[in-house]
Parts: sequence; C-alpha cells; structure tokens
Amino acid sequence: MDCCGGIDEHDEECADVKVKPGIDAGTVEAAKRLESENYSAGFITDIEMEFAPKGLNEDTVRFISAKKGEPEWLLAYRLDAYRRWLTLEEPTWARVNYPKIDYQAYYYYAAPKDAAKYKSIDEVPQEILDTYAKLGIPLREAEVLLGVEGAAETAATAREKPRVAVDAVFDSVSVATTFREELKKAGVIFMSISEAVHEYPELVKKYLGTVVPASDNFFATLNAAVFSDGTFVYVPKGVRCPMELSTYFRMNAESTGQFERTLIIADEGAYVSYLEGCTAPMRDENQLHAAVVELVALDDAEIKYSTVQNWWPGDEDGKGGIYNFVTKRGDCRGARSKISWTQVETGSAITWKYPSCILRGDDSVGEFYSIAVTNGRQQADTGTKMIHLGKRTKSRIISKGISAGKSDNTYRGLVSIHKKAEGARNFTQCDSLLIGSRCGAHTVPYIENRRADAQLEHEATTTKLSEDQLFYVRQRGIGEEQAVALLVNGFVRDVLQELPMEFAVEAQKLLEVSLEGSVG
Amino acid sequence: MLKIENLTATVGEGEDAKTILNGLSLAVPAGEVHAIMGPNGAGKSTLSYVLTGREGYAVTGGTATLDGADLLSMEPEARAAKGMFLSFQYPVEIPGVPVMTFVRTAMNAQRKARGEAEISAPDFIKKSREIAKVLSLDPEMLKRPVNVGFSGGEKKRLEIYQMMMLEPRFMVLDETDSGLDIDALRTVAEGVNALRAPSRGMLVITHYQRLLDYIKPDKVHVLAKGRIIKTGGPELAHRLEAEGYDGVLAEAV
Repeated sequence: MDCCGGIDEHDEECADVKVKPGIDAGTVEAAKRLESENYSAGFITDIEMEFAPKGLNEDTVRFISAKKGEPEWLLAYRLDAYRRWLTLEEPTWARVNYPKIDYQAYYYYAAPKDAAKYKSIDEVPQEILDTYAKLGIPLREAEVLLGVEGAAETAATAREKPRVAVDAVFDSVSVATTFREELKKAGVIFMSISEAVHEYPELVKKYLGTVVPASDNFFATLNAAVFSDGTFVYVPKGVRCPMELSTYFRMNAESTGQFERTLIIADEGAYVSYLEGCTAPMRDENQLHAAVVELVALDDAEIKYSTVQNWWPGDEDGKGGIYNFVTKRGDCRGARSKISWTQVETGSAITWKYPSCILRGDDSVGEFYSIAVTNGRQQADTGTKMIHLGKRTKSRIISKGISAGKSDNTYRGLVSIHKKAEGARNFTQCDSLLIGSRCGAHTVPYIENRRADAQLEHEATTTKLSEDQLFYVRQRGIGEEQAVALLVNGFVRDVLQELPMEFAVEAQKLLEVSLEGSVG
Repeated sequence: MLKIENLTATVGEGEDAKTILNGLSLAVPAGEVHAIMGPNGAGKSTLSYVLTGREGYAVTGGTATLDGADLLSMEPEARAAKGMFLSFQYPVEIPGVPVMTFVRTAMNAQRKARGEAEISAPDFIKKSREIAKVLSLDPEMLKRPVNVGFSGGEKKRLEIYQMMMLEPRFMVLDETDSGLDIDALRTVAEGVNALRAPSRGMLVITHYQRLLDYIKPDKVHVLAKGRIIKTGGPELAHRLEAEGYDGVLAEAV
C-alpha cells in the first residue's frame, strides 16, 4: 500500500459546528448496562497469569511454540519469519502519528495459568466466564444467545433460534469454544488455531500463510513469528454452516501484545458467516495488537466476515489505548466465490487496517463495507484493496468515516485491475462525516487499471453534521445527543444493514456510546 | 396563549451583530390564527427562529411566553415538547432516516418529556395512514429518508404531515405557500385548517395574500424593521396585495 502517495487526495478539515454536551437516554442505558461511563469494556480481570519473558528474541519465539507443543515445521516457519522481521522497517506511509514502539517492552505471550489444561467449559475459571458474561458473551452453550437487548426479539422473527458459536480468546490463548460438537456433526471444524495445528495439521499446513505470506509486511511478519491464538474454521464442500461463528478477543494483561491468527476456509459451495468482537481494559500504556486474518473461498463458496472492533481507544488526552495493526485478506481462489468484509471500527488509539480481497477466480465477488468512527484523539487509517485478477470479477466498496473530537480519519483504498481481468467492475463510495471543528477526514483512493473494458465508479462525499439538520431534528422534540445519534445512524445505514441482525443492534449502540460527548 | 413583548434580537457576533427584531410585541390568543406579512428582510424568519430557539440569534431584550411559560430559556426540544412547531420555509434533508422513523422518534421524545406513554406501533401506523390520505401523500414516500429527493411541494406537504402527526399546541408556518402550486396549496391549507381548534394558536408568516384565501386569519400584522407596524383584519392583507407595502410603511413613520 505504499503506493498510495496521494493520487486524487481530498482533504477536509471541518468548519465550526457548535453543539452542547448532553446525554441521550439510549446511550445512558447502553453504558449503564455495562456499568461504566464511557468505555464499558474497560474493566480488568484479576487472574493469575503466565507470561513469556518480556521482550522479543528467538527464545521468545521458541517459548511460544513450545507452550503450544507445536510441530517442527511451524517452529521453523516462525523462526524464519522472525529473522525476516529483523530486517524490516516499520511502515510510515499511513496518516497516523505515534511515538516509536519499543518492541522489547511487551510481553509476547500471556495466558491464564493452567489454560492449556481446560478440557471443558467446567474447567474454565469463573473469573474468565464472568469477564465474558459481563461483555455480553456467555460461554455456556445453554446461555448462548448473545446478550444484546432487543436483538433476540428482532432476530427471532428472522430465524427461529439465533445461536452463535463463540471462540473466546483471552490474551494469548483460546479459553473456550462453544457448539463445537454440534458444528462437527455438520462437518464444520471450528476451534482455536492452536488446537487445529494438532488435530488438522494437513489443513493448517496447506492454507496457513497462503493468503498473507509471512513476508507480506512488517506487522504480518511479526505476527507470523509470534502469533498466539485465534480461530480456525473449515467448512467442507457444499455445507452451509448452520450458525453464525464468532471469536471474541479480549486483551487483559498489562503490557501485552496480542497477535491473533485466524484462518477460515470455505470449500467448494460452502457458506459461512463469521464475526469477531474485540475489547480491552482501560490502561494507561499503549497495548499492541497485530493480527493476521486469512480467508480462502474455493469455487462457489461464500465467506461473510464481520468485525465489531471496540478496543480501548485511550483517554481524552490520547493516553493509553490499543495500537491496532492488522492485516486481513481474503482470497477468492475459486470461480464464482464471494468474500464480504463488514467492519464497525470504533475503538483503538491507532487503527491501521485494510481488509482486502484477491479476486482470483473468474466471476468472483469482493465486498467491503466499513464504518470507522474516531473520537477524542483517535487516529484511523483504514480501507481496502480489491485486486482483480479473474475475468468478470466484481468488487464493491462502501466506506463511512465519522470523525469527531480531535481525531483523524483516513480512508485509503486500492482498486487494481490486472491484465487478464476481462470485464472487471468496481464501485466505490466513500462518505465522510465531520462532527465538531477540530477533526479531520481524508480520502486516498488509488486505482491501477490495465484493462480498457474495466468499469470503475468512484464517489466521495464529505459532509459536516450541519447545524441546519441538528436544529430541524431538535425542533421536532428530539434531544441533542439523540439527534446526533439519529443523524449518524442515518449516515451509516446502508453499511449497518450488511451486519448480521444480532450485531446490528449492538453496533448501533456502540456508535452512540463512541460519539457520546463528541458534540461538546 | 403566545405572548411576545418588546422582543429585540440580533444575529451575528461582536461588531457584526445586527439588530433584526427591534421591540416586537404580539399576542395570539388560543383558538386564533394570525398572519404576519412584511417586505423582505423585515425579520419574519428571524421571528420564527427566535421563537423556536435556533442558535445564532441572540435575544437582547423582551419576553416570549407560551401559556405563561418562558420560551426563551428553553432548549429547542423542550419548546417542541411544550407544543411549539415550526413548519420550515426550507425543510432539511436527513439522509438514511426514514420519515416514519423520524416522526415516531420525535413523537415519543415529546411524549417522554411530557411524562406520557409512548405511542404503539399499530396506533402510529394507523394515524400516519389517515393523515397521509388527507394530504394525498404516497405512503411509499413515508418510507423514504426525510426530504431526500423530494420536490419543493412534497417537502412542504411533509412539513404539514409532521405537524398533523405531532399535534402541536402552537404552530408557526414560515412561508409555507412558497413553491406550492394551487392544488398543493389547497391540500396543505385543508390540513392546516383541520388542526384549527379552540385550544390551538397559529402564526402564518407569508409574503402573499394568496395563502390567506385558504387559511383565513383572525388578524393580520405587518412586520417591518423588526416590529409590528400595523395590525388589522383580513382586509389588511387585501390592501397590501393591491397597494404593496409602501403605503403602510409611510403611515408608520
């Protein structure tokens, strides 16, 4: 992505919009529900942890690999990545500013003591179960029905029993995976990647690193060396996964980096919808999160991947918060395959993330729907890459950036049409909404086209939450905070509709909470 | 009901501040409809914004009360809950928010502020259907985002739809006739007239006599230079239509 040097760059700083603080009822409820003022997931779980020695060297890599009892080939893969990483420079092309990261100041492995021994949910310590319950993610299957108010009702009309299988990752390890047996009956493999390495080594070996190679970029290479845990999904030929799958990532331990690795494979004609959620406690120092997600869709397969990212964004003055450097890529390897990314990004101090699609198979389809909200001092540089290789490949990008406070929000996207991509098509729409007078929104679209017959459409708008709109809504009797929430929800509506119903409600509430006080 | 006494207001800040309302006094008793007419720049729209609490206008003197309550000290949403409604001269587009969602949110917010129960979905839909019929609004239009892609006439009719849904105690109609053809004007007037009631008051701001053929005012006021310079019956509107404002303005000096 270093190529995005600013072709067709639009920059907008917002003019003055004067609004006063106040609190909307829905917001209050949402926050109260989780017993905190603003960042409701900011609590710390007190549990005995086991760490790798602080810092990063070959021994750290060997320690992690040994902890997981990994086979030789995987250790070699990690060490190779580590050695390569030492030769790489941290990228600086993104529109984000942060102090230099001291990679020796982090722990690269942190796990609840005895975590390796959890055989069943009954052995998972109560503190951890409580943590997830508090976040609305019950891990006992009987209780599983995501604790989202109102979601049950609406979803119930859509499907009979909305159930979501969860893989819960606590710092560096997966502590529980629900509905495994039931999924297994359908032939779906859903487990932590550490387990998959042992139980399905051929599958892991066949696909790991084939979409995001260990050499891909600085952060992906780091991840390849020290990846801790994440989710492995394999949906066999012709199977439609019977329930939503999800992973809930929780960073708890202090000064810890989380390096999750997720690998999802949809075999021919398979379908799976997967969602990840992320939270972390409020801590003063910055925590590092560098994940790699790889998706592979074979002929006629479809993967829908949704993210609700709510990492701790840091306080008002920009102290603390998560550095989120993520490489997510989907490979539409088969003909007529489809990969769809939907993301709601409200957290993190720094977001550096470009979920992408390689449209290799003929007639394959890639989609990217994004809502990125920045408030306070948050900085987000996010977007997508659509690489058209196959014939008649189609991609669609809809990005909604909302900036408030003193934050900066950048959309950066690449649409690349290669020589053989006969009749390729892309539609891109980037809308930015500015709230307040001290935030920034930037759009950096980049297009490479080697085909005369490609159809490319690009639309970009930047709007300010206008005084006219606010007054109009308030004149009808709607209070200020609720008015902002209503206007913002209107702005992001077409993307929210792409989320699975259970999560759309949650995402909507998250938006309200994220923007609370943004109009002060 | 609505009582305005010696109201002065400025727009702009510091040295740029400009006095727009300059000692305006006006009283609209419950059950009456008053018209305000006046030349461009007289302060007609400013009056409607000051009464409903738009930012950017500073009240520098005088009072405005609705049923004895001090309007000027309230937030715009509190004034709405108290029963103030403004039919905008230029209705605003709200992308992504369907009309029905918007109006129901507004209605429930007002009810909540007044300590009343929320309206049920079936009751709301029933009421909406009835009112859409009166105003000849396509029900499909009510599922679309507020004012987005609506014609000028549709926007005005949607203002009246909102007014009929929310059943305010006091209505300010700011140039509701502009942009309406004669058929639309008649439809809109029917809606407005349906809301006339002994407990309600209305202030109709207009440039032309035409609207007053359909919404018959009890009194007509002429607003010029920031205050009411003349008050009369409906015949005053006809005189203004025939002679223009010059005569009345000359008399006032």
